[in-house]
Amino acid sequence: MIKFTIFIFVFALVTLSFPLNAKETIVITGSSTIAPTLLDLAKLYEAKNKGVRIDVQTGGSSRGVADVRKDLAKIGMVSRALKADEKDLHAFTFATDGIAIIVHKTNSVSELTKEQIVDIYKGSITNWKVLGGADQKIVVVNKAEGRSTLELFIGFFGLKNSQIKADIVIGDNEQGIKTVSTNKNSIGYVSIGTAEYNASVGVPLKLLNFQGKSAKVENIKNGTYPLTRELNLITKLKPSGSIEGFIKFVLSPESTHVIKDHFFVPAY
Amino acid sequence: MYQLTKKNKDFILESVLTINGLFSAIAVGLIFIFVTRESLPAIHLKGWAFFIDKSWYPLEGQFNVLPMIAGTIFVSLGALILASPLGLFSAIFISFYAHGSLAWPFRRVVELYAGLPSVIFGFWGLMKLVPMLNEIRPPGQSLLAGILILALMIFPIITLNLMANFRPSSKKYYRVALSLGMRKSTYIWSILLPSLKQQIVGAMILALGRAMGETMAVLMVCGNIVKMPTSIFDPIRTLTANIALEMAYAMNEHRSALFFTGLILFLLIFVLISVADFWRRHESWKE
Repeated sequence: MIKFTIFIFVFALVTLSFPLNAKETIVITGSSTIAPTLLDLAKLYEAKNKGVRIDVQTGGSSRGVADVRKDLAKIGMVSRALKADEKDLHAFTFATDGIAIIVHKTNSVSELTKEQIVDIYKGSITNWKVLGGADQKIVVVNKAEGRSTLELFIGFFGLKNSQIKADIVIGDNEQGIKTVSTNKNSIGYVSIGTAEYNASVGVPLKLLNFQGKSAKVENIKNGTYPLTRELNLITKLKPSGSIEGFIKFVLSPESTHVIKDHFFVPAY
Repeated sequence: MYQLTKKNKDFILESVLTINGLFSAIAVGLIFIFVTRESLPAIHLKGWAFFIDKSWYPLEGQFNVLPMIAGTIFVSLGALILASPLGLFSAIFISFYAHGSLAWPFRRVVELYAGLPSVIFGFWGLMKLVPMLNEIRPPGQSLLAGILILALMIFPIITLNLMANFRPSSKKYYRVALSLGMRKSTYIWSILLPSLKQQIVGAMILALGRAMGETMAVLMVCGNIVKMPTSIFDPIRTLTANIALEMAYAMNEHRSALFFTGLILFLLIFVLISVADFWRRHESWKE
């Protein structure tokens, strides 16, 4: 009996330790916008490639760049285009993040300029009448801090969150859709994928044209809609081995449904 | 086999109860320790800034939690003020005035209310109540919306609690009071309610605790703006909503600051219960 127990114990130890030793770890750091998507993709990839473990950490796009340069991470996540002094790195754009400005369907305003949006969010325009709409107070809907859509929005319009005079702060995209579709005087912004889907199934929403371009996933794909940013994976050297394998997986059609689940527009 | 005598039946019951009691006490203790430990970095880093910063903009290093403490207190106290009479009168109505055929469905409706998930209240509030309030005074998502929704959610707690207390108390006094020639209303106001003062306050405390901890419904109807409200039409953000809104994306000091808001909520409820307990002891000592 004792012999058998020892045998089982040793057997378990040996079998359990083999795959642990054989696992190769890929460390990925950077943008918190990309991290949740990559976490999901990493799980999928790990399930298919038992020998690889992927460790995703956040800390912002700049940390992604710095870590890759210092070899602390094999892959970096950068939620913007690479700057001129970063061109030595290898970048792989796997998706685009875009936001749509939305209002209630009955709102007669259908297009706003960059300046008008800044004025609305800073509180210098407070009535739809000024913009050609009804004589109603504008209800400004903003996102909670830490959300990537907020980051993109304030980054694009050159605002600080403390300058924004919001009436309502929302969490996720769905709450934004519900808030704007039930309030005739509101204006808000959400990921384009979500907004387009909801408008198409009859939710009373209107996606505003922005600088002459309509907010459509199609216009993100062809690059004409301006309110977007690219989502990149970066490496220091030309990727090889399992790193190349993972990047290829992220860029393949296999990963598109995960990317869409996170309301980004896949590049492939 | 082992015989269950009366004595060791008692022993078994006692041990089971002790273990259960200990377990819940330890769980609360562990949660407190965990929340405190997670909020320590923020406390070290910010200290009093939590109460004197200009506002709450974590990305810009500003972490004032006072407006959210106020928001939580206003919305739950407001809801309690509305829900208490509603709950009390419903309980009296069902227990003493409604006839059997009416009391039964009424009772079921109240029970149903008590069991509805908060997200349903929140959803209804967002889709129906908020647009109506928006007609009166934009933006509609406001302290008032939160108070109304929370009042609806907590009044059944008060009703059910009091109904359970009315029954034994009535058995004792009701017939005696009637045989003394008292009217039903005299009995209720002069005998029943004064004798149940502690239980009524107990039910209110329970309801208040529920209101303070509510997250989803208030997050959907209160507007979540971090600002001291100046009227009931102003939007507010509660401590719970703050955590739910930002936790998923928070890092480092921001994350720690959110744990700190959780710690404050913990302490608020602790103080509330201690005060209520103190009052109850004081009352029973008077008797």
